[in-house]
Amino acid sequence: MAQRVGMEVSVAIGEMVKLANADVVAAYPITPQTHIVEHLAELVADGELDAEYIPVESEHSAMSACLGSAAAGARTFTATAGQGLELMHEVLYVASSMRLPVIMTVVNRALSSPLSVWSDHSDAMSCRDTGWIQIFVENGQEAIDNTLCAFRIGEDNDVLLPVMVHLDGFHISHVIEPILLPDKAEVDAFLPPNKYPLPLDPEKPVAMGDFGPPVIYTETKWAQEVNIQKSKETILRVWQEFDQAFGRHYRPVETYRCEDAKTLLLTMGSYSETAMTAVDRLRDEGKKIGLIRIRLWRPFPFEELRQALADTETLIVLDRAISFGGPGGPVCSEVRSALYDQPHRPKIVNFVGGLGGRDITIDGFKEIVNRGIEIARKGSDNEYEIFGVRQ
Amino acid sequence: MTKKENELTWQDLEIGAIVTEAGNASQYKTGNWRSQKPVHDYSRCINCGLCMIYCPEGCCVMNKEGYFDADLFYCKGCGICARECPTFAIKMEEE
Repeated sequence: MAQRVGMEVSVAIGEMVKLANADVVAAYPITPQTHIVEHLAELVADGELDAEYIPVESEHSAMSACLGSAAAGARTFTATAGQGLELMHEVLYVASSMRLPVIMTVVNRALSSPLSVWSDHSDAMSCRDTGWIQIFVENGQEAIDNTLCAFRIGEDNDVLLPVMVHLDGFHISHVIEPILLPDKAEVDAFLPPNKYPLPLDPEKPVAMGDFGPPVIYTETKWAQEVNIQKSKETILRVWQEFDQAFGRHYRPVETYRCEDAKTLLLTMGSYSETAMTAVDRLRDEGKKIGLIRIRLWRPFPFEELRQALADTETLIVLDRAISFGGPGGPVCSEVRSALYDQPHRPKIVNFVGGLGGRDITIDGFKEIVNRGIEIARKGSDNEYEIFGVRQ
Repeated sequence: MTKKENELTWQDLEIGAIVTEAGNASQYKTGNWRSQKPVHDYSRCINCGLCMIYCPEGCCVMNKEGYFDADLFYCKGCGICARECPTFAIKMEEE
């Protein structure tokens, strides 16, 4: 049976990768991801995890090594954050279009400059078109659970895609939480061995990542798009089976006290837990407010989101990244576009806040909701409002 | 591959567009990139094989008479063979 242990979340992720019996870890340390890969290096050095640990010279090399490893059919894990994710960027596209199930923890960190090691979602948002499955978690337990699910999802032969599990730097990664770590037998029963269908094999040679002239490129991209869209079926199934095995359920769009709420707040990541408390307080004041959290960012959960917002009159979206010179935060921009053609659509108000690790407190969320309701009533000439900026 | 490349649908592709047939790059025609083709004057040719050695496509092949010809299925018309031929036996001609 699973034991509840007090553990730093980063260390717990390392332990989960060990339980998943990864074959290869290729990673470069970067704050705030460091403790994950440090712990894995230790586990390998101590002989507790029988894996190849490749201490590469950069994140570009880390992801490149992961490509080779996954192509050979090995269970492959890496982790990074912020600038490290950016340095991987071009190789991310290669992993997804070659359909290689690399599993990666992304400890969300704000992008330079100015240099920040603290968290926001600017790194995650730069990856939304790379073809990876992207899952956001809100606390340590969710991070551990979804690390395990990520291996199941990515390596499923109906999916075969790389998966990022996003957790916010420090607010999740460096916190000591009571974590339920499953035991080895439970993990082995849930996670079958990785069986990549067409691995690199001298007995049966194949060529991967080939030249794709105009006559075939469109077909390859459409195959990739159909595949990631279809991957949602498997993601839902894996989360359901995870619930059966471990008793914790995950959904593409999570709702909190939404039943009779006409005004909903929408968040992603660790700040959702503070937002929940803010919703409780607003409820205590008699305001019918609910909270929506997007867990599955790619493939985007259109259907579930539309369903969750079917009766909503006002939707207040918090983004933790700016699309500079663009239509507002990336989350709101996609949510708005998902709802535009619906017969009933809510008024949508966008806030950007929590940049570079700036806290949003319970009172902060209450302020966002109250201001959002006001903007929805009066209207605004601005695409979005920035929250908490001194002026 | 039973289908020609311009007949392949997205459903025909292997996962990640993996190529499972070894050496199938030989089916890829590069001859239509060419605007000039090499013409060999056998009376000047000394069969030294430099055109074969220099050809970046590896498409200069020896014929039955022992002379070298460019395989026009692959020849891109770069003209390196004509430039390197020590006896000026190869001329590039517009097509």
